[in-house]
Amino acid sequence: MNIEQLDFYTQAILSMAALVGLTSFLMLGQGRLLRLIFVFALQGFLLTLTTALSAYSLNNHHLYISAVLTLVLKVVFIPWMLRRQVLQMNMHRDIEALKNNTLVMLGGAGLMLFSYYVLHPIVQSSSVVMLNALAVSLSVMLLGMLLMISHRQAIAHVVGFMSIENGLFFAAIVATNGMPMVVELGVAFDVLVAAVLFGIFFLHIRTSIDSLDVDLLNKLHEVDK
Amino acid sequence: MNWLIAILQTILFVMLAPLLAGWVKYCKCRLQNRKAPSLFQPYRDLIKLTHKQPVVSEQASWLFIKAPYIIFSATVLAATVVPLIAVDLPTSASADVIVMVGFFAFARFFLALAGLDVGTAFGGMGSSREMTISSLAEPAMLMAIFTLTMTASTTNLSFAITYLLNDGLVLRPSFVFALAALVLVAVAETGRIPVDNPATHLELTMIHEAMILEYSGRHLALIEWASQLKLMLYGVLIANIFFPWGIAETFSIQALGYGLLAIMGKLGVLAIFLAMLETLFAKMRLFRVQEYLSFAYLLGLLGLLSHIILEAAR
Repeated sequence: MNIEQLDFYTQAILSMAALVGLTSFLMLGQGRLLRLIFVFALQGFLLTLTTALSAYSLNNHHLYISAVLTLVLKVVFIPWMLRRQVLQMNMHRDIEALKNNTLVMLGGAGLMLFSYYVLHPIVQSSSVVMLNALAVSLSVMLLGMLLMISHRQAIAHVVGFMSIENGLFFAAIVATNGMPMVVELGVAFDVLVAAVLFGIFFLHIRTSIDSLDVDLLNKLHEVDK
Repeated sequence: MNWLIAILQTILFVMLAPLLAGWVKYCKCRLQNRKAPSLFQPYRDLIKLTHKQPVVSEQASWLFIKAPYIIFSATVLAATVVPLIAVDLPTSASADVIVMVGFFAFARFFLALAGLDVGTAFGGMGSSREMTISSLAEPAMLMAIFTLTMTASTTNLSFAITYLLNDGLVLRPSFVFALAALVLVAVAETGRIPVDNPATHLELTMIHEAMILEYSGRHLALIEWASQLKLMLYGVLIANIFFPWGIAETFSIQALGYGLLAIMGKLGVLAIFLAMLETLFAKMRLFRVQEYLSFAYLLGLLGLLSHIILEAAR
């Protein structure tokens, strides 16, 4: 099926998927924490738009609530909280030296290809939108993991974790036409609680090793090797 | 008749290029709270330079004097390939987008040679930097362009744009990536701010200006004009590939006039974006440029992949 024959809604969803994938790549290459958080908020905003779009086209009213929830939590609250923590700990001037940035980016492209490859047999029987949604959300998840592996700051890890959740959310919106309201509320509050807990963790890591660079955690041996 | 319009279009291209440069400068000045020079200042600069006597070093070979003419004519030839106000012109039908990239490479080769020719430290440094950047930028640009050519199944820009026009409004995910990649490459290739600073002659980090430091008089005018033309070429490429609406498909006066207005509007908006970009960002370190361009390549690759995987007939 060619893209020209799809309806406008499907095309818009496909483009949204591409943009969400793009923001994942932007996050992967980001060395500055504040900008990383900004791109994360952007991804949340794209998710909000996708949710609102599918709510409109499927005439599914509870998805509007979900969109508002996403907007409040992932675009405003969590980025605001992370930003405040970065500013409090005075980390906004540090540039994280990313080792092998180009290699990590190409690895990211490989992961995207891999997720398409893995999902190809599943979606042979279903529509193009499904393929795209599932593949992009799987690659957003994998890219989130890659972000956690390649960055050293704990805050970047949290952003990576949240973007994994974004990938799952995107798949849920597009592939299943929205989960039941109860599940969505549960997930949203889980994320909220996770964000608060991470804040407490930051504080503890910082008081014990005086930094949020998780590589330094290796030094916490009782005896020096 | 068709040839006449093709020649007219090329002349228009060459004539409008300094105006675009002036408009970019105007927007930039206004954004930075400065008083802007007149929109026609680039024309005045070019005229002033042609009246001045060129000073050429004793050590310079014939290549140094010939290079500006070669660079300018190669860039003008590249401009004939790109549809500005109308598609289906004989010049753009006879050469495709790969020929256009070839003309760019040809001009750049002679510019680098001219930079090396007089043997000053700055010239050689600029040439080596320019070649480093372009060797990374060219594959990224071709990747972005191939996304278009695979969608339209032709490497000819004119046919490709016609194809996109006939399709109407289709949102293609691959074009999102290709547009981002082409914008990044255009910024690098035309020497705008995150990569090179067009407004300075006094930095050790300069690239384009370092190569042409020895030029003066009409030679300098030709090279400046060629680089303004190159900026406009990239602008037209971005505007007409990704937002092709308004370009003339028939050769009536009305359609052509409408096409001219459309492209001027699109370029005007694009120039505002460029000026904003130049105001918001600081110049990168030279050694970060390869990361920047490999990101552009990655985007082009993703565009190609998402075209093959998502949009092709299955």
